[in-house]
Amino acid sequence: MTITAKTLKLGNNINTDVIIPGRYLESIDPEELGRHALEGLDPTFPNKAKEGVILVAGKNFGCGSSREQAPIALKSAGVRCIIAESFARIFFRNAINIGLPALECEGISRTTSEGDTLSVDLANGIVANKTTGTVMRATPTPQFILKLIEEGGLIPHVRALVERS
Amino acid sequence: MNIFEKILARASGKREVTPGDIVEANIDMAMIHDLTGPLTLDSFKKIGASKVWDPNRIVIIFDHLIPASTIRAATHQKNLREFAREQGIRSLYDIGQGGVCHQVFHERGYARPGELIVGADSHTCTYGALGAFATGIGSTEMAAVFTTGKMWFKVPKVIKICVRGKLRKYTTPKDLILKIIGDLGEGGAIYKGLEFTGQTFKEMSIDGRLTVCNMVVEAGAKAGIVPPDNKTITYVRARTRGTFKPVLSDEGARYENVLEYDVTGFQPLVACPPTVDNVRPASELQNVSIDQVFIGSCTNGRMEDLRLAASILKGRRINEGVRMIISPASQEIYKECLREGLLRIFTEAGAVVTNATCGPCLGGHMGLLAPGEVCISTSNRNFVGRMGSPQSKVYLANPATAAASGVTGHITDPNELRRR
Ligand code: SF4
Repeated sequence: MTITAKTLKLGNNINTDVIIPGRYLESIDPEELGRHALEGLDPTFPNKAKEGVILVAGKNFGCGSSREQAPIALKSAGVRCIIAESFARIFFRNAINIGLPALECEGISRTTSEGDTLSVDLANGIVANKTTGTVMRATPTPQFILKLIEEGGLIPHVRALVERS
Repeated sequence: MNIFEKILARASGKREVTPGDIVEANIDMAMIHDLTGPLTLDSFKKIGASKVWDPNRIVIIFDHLIPASTIRAATHQKNLREFAREQGIRSLYDIGQGGVCHQVFHERGYARPGELIVGADSHTCTYGALGAFATGIGSTEMAAVFTTGKMWFKVPKVIKICVRGKLRKYTTPKDLILKIIGDLGEGGAIYKGLEFTGQTFKEMSIDGRLTVCNMVVEAGAKAGIVPPDNKTITYVRARTRGTFKPVLSDEGARYENVLEYDVTGFQPLVACPPTVDNVRPASELQNVSIDQVFIGSCTNGRMEDLRLAASILKGRRINEGVRMIISPASQEIYKECLREGLLRIFTEAGAVVTNATCGPCLGGHMGLLAPGEVCISTSNRNFVGRMGSPQSKVYLANPATAAASGVTGHITDPNELRRR
C-alpha cells in the first residue's frame, strides 16, 4: 500500500482539543466533524486538506482525550496518512482502528517542508520525498496492524471474526 | 515482574511478559460515557454482533452533558439507555444517580486492585490509584471489546517514582503531579507506565492518589499505579461484592528509570496555558486576573478537594467580577457536601453549585468562556479552547489556590491569603 500526496505541516504536541473541540463531540457524523477539523488551530484547514494530504507533525501528535472524533475529523477532511515524530497512544490506536494510516518517523519534521510531495510505502515503512529526493525510514508497522489498515480498520476486522464464529 | 507486567501477564494467560511484547488480554471491566458511548454503539452495530461479551463487565455513566444540554445529547442518552436494556447491562448511572465517570466507577466498586480496566475516556488511568491497570481507549476499540472481551496491549516500560516528605497545608497531591508532569514534559512518558511509591504515597489519602493517577495521561503515560495497601483494600472492600487479588511489584522488578522526589517545601503550583507541563509557582502569577473559577472534575472534585476549597471560602465572599462554579464529582459527594454544610459555605460565598457533571471542564456546557476570558480550574487540561473560546485561557491549580484566587480576583497562593 503506497500513499502519495502533498504535505501539510504541524508542530509538536497537537492535542485532540484543537483537532476537534469538545463542543462538537455530540456529533458522530464524519462529514460534519471534517468541517471542524483542526478548528482550534487553523479554521482554514479543511479547505487546505480537501484534495487529499499527508499530515507531517512533530512529537506527541494527538495528545489529550480519547475522542475518536479526532482522527475521524482529520480523515474526513482529507488527511490520508499522518507521519509524526511520535504519537499519543490513544490517538495512534484510534487512527489505525478507523483505517487512517499513522507512521512514526524520527526526523520527519526536520526534513519535510509544507507542500513537499511524499510517497509512503506503509508495508516497508519507507517515506520518499519526491520534492527533495530524500528517503527516510519510519518505524516499521507490525504485520497485524498493517493487516488491520488493509482490511479498512477494526470494524471490518472484528466483523470477519464474528462472521467466522 | 513489576505490577504492570504482572497484571498484563495474568490477563493474557502468560507466566511472564517483558516490555515490548504484544499480548492479547482479557478485559476485566469496560466503561463508556454519554459522549464516547454513542460512537461505540455505532461501531458495535457496524460490527454486526448481537450480544455484548459480558453485560456484567460493562458500566455506562452519564456525565459529560447532563442534564442533556441539547436535543442531540438527549437522543444519545436515550439510545444508551435502550442499548443497556436490550443487552442486560445493569450498571447504568443515569442523571441524578452517578456523576463524573472517574469518580462513580470506583465509588461504586468497579475498580479493583489487580484488574485490567479499559474506559472510552483518556482519564480512565485514574483507577490506577486503587492498584488496577486502567487505561483509556477509543470508541471503536471499545466496540471491539464489547464484542470479544479482548484487546491487544504492548507491555509498557515503567518509570518508578519514589516520593518522600510531607506536603504542607495548602500544597496537595495535585501540586505533586503538576511538578512531575512539568519535569517529564507533555509527551515525556508516552506509552509508559508510572509506578508511584514512597512514604508520601503511603500516607496519601485515596482521594489524593486518585488525583495523581488521573493526570498521568497528561505526560502521555498509558497508566499510573499506586501499589495497593491496606487503605486501598479497605476502600475497595467497602464498595464491591466481587473478589479481587491485589498484586505488587517483585523485589528487583524491572524499571526503565527511577525518579526521586522530596516534597518538603513544595509550593502550590499552576499549569499555565496552553500546555499542562507549563508549570510555575502560584506566587509568581499574581498579576494574572481571572474571570471564572471552576472547582470540580475527575481530578479535584472529591470530598477532600471540596473541604479544602470550603476552608478557604468559609466566611469570605468571592471577588466582584469573578464567577465561581463548583461541581461535586458525584451525587454521593454532593450529598456529603450537604451533610457537612459545604453547600452553604459555597453559596454564601457567591459560588454556583452545579449537579455532578463534567460540564465546564471540557467546554461542554454550564460555564463556557468568552473570547479573552481567563479561568482558573482544578481540572486537568488547559489546551487552547478547552473550556470555550479558543481566545480564552485556562490555568490549572489545586482547589485551595483556585478558591483563594476567586476571593482575590487574581491568581493567588493560598498561603498568602489574608483575613479581610
Ligand atoms: S471531568 Fe473533565 S477530564 Fe474528567 S472525564 Fe469529565 S470531561 Fe473528562
